[in-house]
Amino acid sequence: MTKKKALLAAGITTALAVTLIGCTGNSGGGGGGGAGASKTNCTNEIKVQDVPVVTYWGWFEDTAQTVDNFNESHDDVQICWTNAGQGADAYTKLSTSLQSKSGAPDIVQVEYDWLNSFLIQGGLVDMTEHGINEYKDKFTAGAWRDVSSGDGVYAVPVDLGPVGMWYRQDIFEKHGIKIPTTWDEYAAAAEQLSKATGGETLIGNFAPNGQGQHYALLDQAGAVPFKFDNGNPTEISINHSDEASKKVYEYWLDLVDRGLVGTDQAWTPEFNTGLGGGRYATAIYPAWYSIHIPAFQDGDADAVWRAAPIPQWDAAKPKQVNWGGSTLAVTTQADDAALATKVAAELYAPEENKKLGVEVGGLFLAYPEMIESEYFQERPYEFYGGQKLNKDVFGKAAIDYEGVTFSPFTQYYYDESQRLLSEAIAGNVSATEATDQLQKSLETYATEQGFTLK
Amino acid sequence: MSITPQLQKPAQPPVATKRGATLERKHARIGWVFLAPFAIVFLVFLVLPLVYAFWMSLHTNTLAAGEKFAGLANYFAAFKDQRFLSGMARVGAFALVFVPLQIGLALLFALILDEVKTRLSRFSRLLIFAPYAIPGVIGALMWGFLYSPSFGPLVSFFDFLNVQAPDMLSRDSIFWSLTNIVTWQWTGYYMIIIYASLQSIDSSIYEAALIDGASKLQTALQIKVPIIASSLVLTIVFALIGTLQFFTEPQVLAPLAGNAIDAAYTPNLYAYNLAFSYQQFNYASAISFALGLMVFLASIIFLVTTRKKSGLR
Repeated sequence: MTKKKALLAAGITTALAVTLIGCTGNSGGGGGGGAGASKTNCTNEIKVQDVPVVTYWGWFEDTAQTVDNFNESHDDVQICWTNAGQGADAYTKLSTSLQSKSGAPDIVQVEYDWLNSFLIQGGLVDMTEHGINEYKDKFTAGAWRDVSSGDGVYAVPVDLGPVGMWYRQDIFEKHGIKIPTTWDEYAAAAEQLSKATGGETLIGNFAPNGQGQHYALLDQAGAVPFKFDNGNPTEISINHSDEASKKVYEYWLDLVDRGLVGTDQAWTPEFNTGLGGGRYATAIYPAWYSIHIPAFQDGDADAVWRAAPIPQWDAAKPKQVNWGGSTLAVTTQADDAALATKVAAELYAPEENKKLGVEVGGLFLAYPEMIESEYFQERPYEFYGGQKLNKDVFGKAAIDYEGVTFSPFTQYYYDESQRLLSEAIAGNVSATEATDQLQKSLETYATEQGFTLK
Repeated sequence: MSITPQLQKPAQPPVATKRGATLERKHARIGWVFLAPFAIVFLVFLVLPLVYAFWMSLHTNTLAAGEKFAGLANYFAAFKDQRFLSGMARVGAFALVFVPLQIGLALLFALILDEVKTRLSRFSRLLIFAPYAIPGVIGALMWGFLYSPSFGPLVSFFDFLNVQAPDMLSRDSIFWSLTNIVTWQWTGYYMIIIYASLQSIDSSIYEAALIDGASKLQTALQIKVPIIASSLVLTIVFALIGTLQFFTEPQVLAPLAGNAIDAAYTPNLYAYNLAFSYQQFNYASAISFALGLMVFLASIIFLVTTRKKSGLR
């Protein structure tokens, strides 16, 4: 009798325990990185049943509509879309999925500067094996360079972030200050503006955490901080303390020292209200910032914003730069990498989806055909007094952008750069010391991580 | 009929022991069955991950060269890692400030509330405890906005006085800003623990003290405090462990105070960033175990040195 009871008890408790574990397992999967791997758990509705499904993590504003359009116009493949968070949130999940060797989607939205970091983890598929080179001519040269490493191509470009100078026309006019076209003029204008307003209005902000922007500024000055080629992934060349890097750091830290620019953290209420409330007269930001500036304007409703080309070091030899923009990469966990590559390449191919990207997503697409189209060039931007931003500023910037090479350990690079710039802003180190220490720190890290320094 | 001989020789020891043993074994088996639900969850969700993490910490995995067994190399590296050590020093400093401050305030409030019994005191008790009921992340976010140098209430207050407001998120002040948040959050919790053990003191002891002519202050310091020493030690150990594992508040404030809080501000934050930002899961495991070891040592040292006073063993 007792034995039977014991067995029964054992049976019940085991069943209970298993149920418990089952529950926890499920909810863990639902909340964690595993969410996107499931083909049944999509944010969108699958329109055509019983055809191959490609999973996709993305966060473009237009993704919901773009994916629906794609699914409606395809009866041979469907996209199952999940929003796995924006930027860092999505990358953390992607890294964790790559580390645990399961749970990553087939296609993932990745910004240009992070591609090498996932590449080095063996996370991204070389799309040249699946015929991506056919599409090369559809994209700007700079965008294509940014998704390539050596002979491989590791993502399909979607949008770019050609950088310009957003400025408060009313403030410049009020004080009779000329819109700067070179960095010398920018520094002079900074001085004038500060004097005219008693330091109330500064020309701009140098964010210690603005690494995406800083990389573009370094590129403009001719610095090449990293040389890395996935054809030879254990070798890296780091050059972050050359004259060009020092020039950029010295220029901005000097403005900081003289109190002519702010040092708010980017993406904080501090900076946003500063920009919205008339504390800052310019922002060196990309095309995609057009949808952000209007959102900060509750502080000063009469603000008049316009865009101009980014100031140059040498007006005779202008150089255009890029900050941000995203790509669609195929992960090495994709069931059918060839199919996923095709889907990634074709998602924004139809005219209709391109327009969704522009109008709903606020994207500056990396397709020259779109950039040079009359539709895009003549498009007026209401908040900016109807200025044709693409014609005046960003179209040329995007076409002329040549591309850069990003670090294979972006997060570490950004964190270290932020740490040393904070030290420099606090006055603990000079601009030169900051670049030298950054160089040393990056070299040490690369060596620890098994790279050979070239 | 088979039992009869046994009944006739009741004093036969081997048989009796055997029966007792079977019964005991049976009981033990049922005991295990009742333990199973907990034991399985405990094994699967605590012991196994710990073992796995420890196994990971014995390997190295570099971005360029892949994974290999490394023995204790990660641990040697950790205790030579300037960022880990400075993080440890920082939480050590936090512990020196947080623990006395929180426990001191908690004890003070508990003694006052134990003495004063009005409706107001019950209300105060609730009010002091309330911050603990707010989730840590929400609390930290809220303070982040209160500290905001451009639109926080602090700024309005100082503007009113026509004085430049202090930047609560700068390098110089972040230590005290964090101290303030944590003290606000945890004092009420410790107060409730101390208050509860004050309530359990037999009131005849107070009568005796009163008859002996002890003042209120003397009763509080020389009777109440020694009696509740063991729960004081307990709360100090809680506070110590919590402080050494400091994570939530710096993590939440980091985007607002990027100048002051870096990726290795506390050892726990460092381990988190190593794993999830830099993909160094192996080294992050080693850092976690190294931190665990330090917490363990700190708690043991504290418990041993206070053993006589607290009566805890």
